[in-house]
Amino acid sequence: MPFGLLKYGLSRRYPEPRRIPPTPDLKPSYDVVIVGGGGHGLAAAYYLSHVHGIRNVAVLEKGYLASGNTARNTTIIRANYLTPEGVRFYGESVALYKELSETLDFNIMYSERGHLTLAHTDASVRTMRWRAEVNTHCGVRSELIWPDEIRRLCPSMNLSDKARYPVLAALLHPPGAIARHDAVAWGYAIRAAERGVEIHQQTEVTGLRIEGDRVVGVETNRGFVGAGKVLQAVAGSSTRLADMAGLRLPIRTVPLQACVSQPLKRFLDPIVVSGSLHVYISQSARGELVMGGSTDPYALYSSRSTLDFKEGLLAHMLELFPFLAEVKLLRQWAGMADMTPDFSPIMGLTPLANYYIDAGWGTWGFKATPVCGKRMAETIATGRAPDILDAFRLSRFAEFQQVGERGAAAVGH
Amino acid sequence: MNCPLNGPRNISEFISAGEVKAMPDPVRASDAEWADYVFTQSNKAGVVREWWCHVPTSYWFIAERDATTDTILKTYPPGEVFAERRDFAPISEA
Repeated sequence: MPFGLLKYGLSRRYPEPRRIPPTPDLKPSYDVVIVGGGGHGLAAAYYLSHVHGIRNVAVLEKGYLASGNTARNTTIIRANYLTPEGVRFYGESVALYKELSETLDFNIMYSERGHLTLAHTDASVRTMRWRAEVNTHCGVRSELIWPDEIRRLCPSMNLSDKARYPVLAALLHPPGAIARHDAVAWGYAIRAAERGVEIHQQTEVTGLRIEGDRVVGVETNRGFVGAGKVLQAVAGSSTRLADMAGLRLPIRTVPLQACVSQPLKRFLDPIVVSGSLHVYISQSARGELVMGGSTDPYALYSSRSTLDFKEGLLAHMLELFPFLAEVKLLRQWAGMADMTPDFSPIMGLTPLANYYIDAGWGTWGFKATPVCGKRMAETIATGRAPDILDAFRLSRFAEFQQVGERGAAAVGH
Repeated sequence: MNCPLNGPRNISEFISAGEVKAMPDPVRASDAEWADYVFTQSNKAGVVREWWCHVPTSYWFIAERDATTDTILKTYPPGEVFAERRDFAPISEA
């Protein structure tokens, strides 16, 4: 690396080749059109081109690559959910993530930290026990630990029983990890583009052309494109695109805010989450504390930031880490979370024969990027949703078969 | 937010309870109609009409709000929309 740096420094021309090709002209039609150039859409394009041999694929992105929620999450990867369906699904995602740097030959800076979900009440201790049992049963490592063990893993946390909400126990999930979110999208994009996938940035879908029960193509700001199959992967705008397809979704779009502090010397190894206090916090590779809380109290299509959010979040964070009182915030932002009534995503087939949906990503989208891409690619290639996605089908609501996922972030316990 | 009962109050005193939707007849509606009523949201990126509650006084009302600009356009008591009382099946039948 030092030699590489020297080579860069001394070279007159930047020697690194452009890895993601510039946006080409649109062809009249593609076998598969993926709407949304974020992590999920690019992952689906990667698995379509690498696993299923479908290379005539276009990814259409309204803004620039991975500019939506892929860039706005807090990069936590974990599988310690509550429902067996959820644990199985996210478990596969964690397994894929772990190998992803090698798979893509692109460093996603995957960093396994361990994930602590704090319990402050007897009721949440009970929920943690329940989650630990479901996780263990499904082959995901999770266990309930007590304050002495928490102190060993996270010595800087306030574990005093004089706190307003003393920490009684925690669910420890050793595979919990963080990764570089942009790198995940770039890695998938680079490898997909190598197999002929076209990535069209600044290409906004303005309508869908539907004949009978099939989508024949998409209207964009750069003209009409024919499509054999269409995947929608536009978290945050799911309802708007689904409206064009004539689908009605059980989704409310609610802002989810987050912020980072100024960089600090490394002191926090695990990712710490408290559902009761609505706080999650981890320390990034740069030393910044990445912090988030619950979703905003009402639906909105705007990524504005509020003082209410920061006051609420930081007051709770200071209960856990009082010594951070003088630390300054560096940045804050918000993403659009597509909240479903059961806190589970919506993936798979739709009433339209060749239109596939990947939506309902509230606060759990980034951690599902590889598994969702892989399994949606499989769905598109075979026309059938695999077993692992079946529980998350769109029709589950009409069948009253929801997957009540109370292990999701932003859900109080 | 301007509460029709209490006047302008801080937004943190209110909870949002989702879109105002027309309820199908609970006795005669099919499962699909009922599921659509319970779960589906129009989730419009534009002016929405929603139920809100002022928590300290438990007062329910309707607000019209622009969901793209985060501005409240209008608030009014529900009586302006729902002129008649909706009676459900008597409890003895349930």
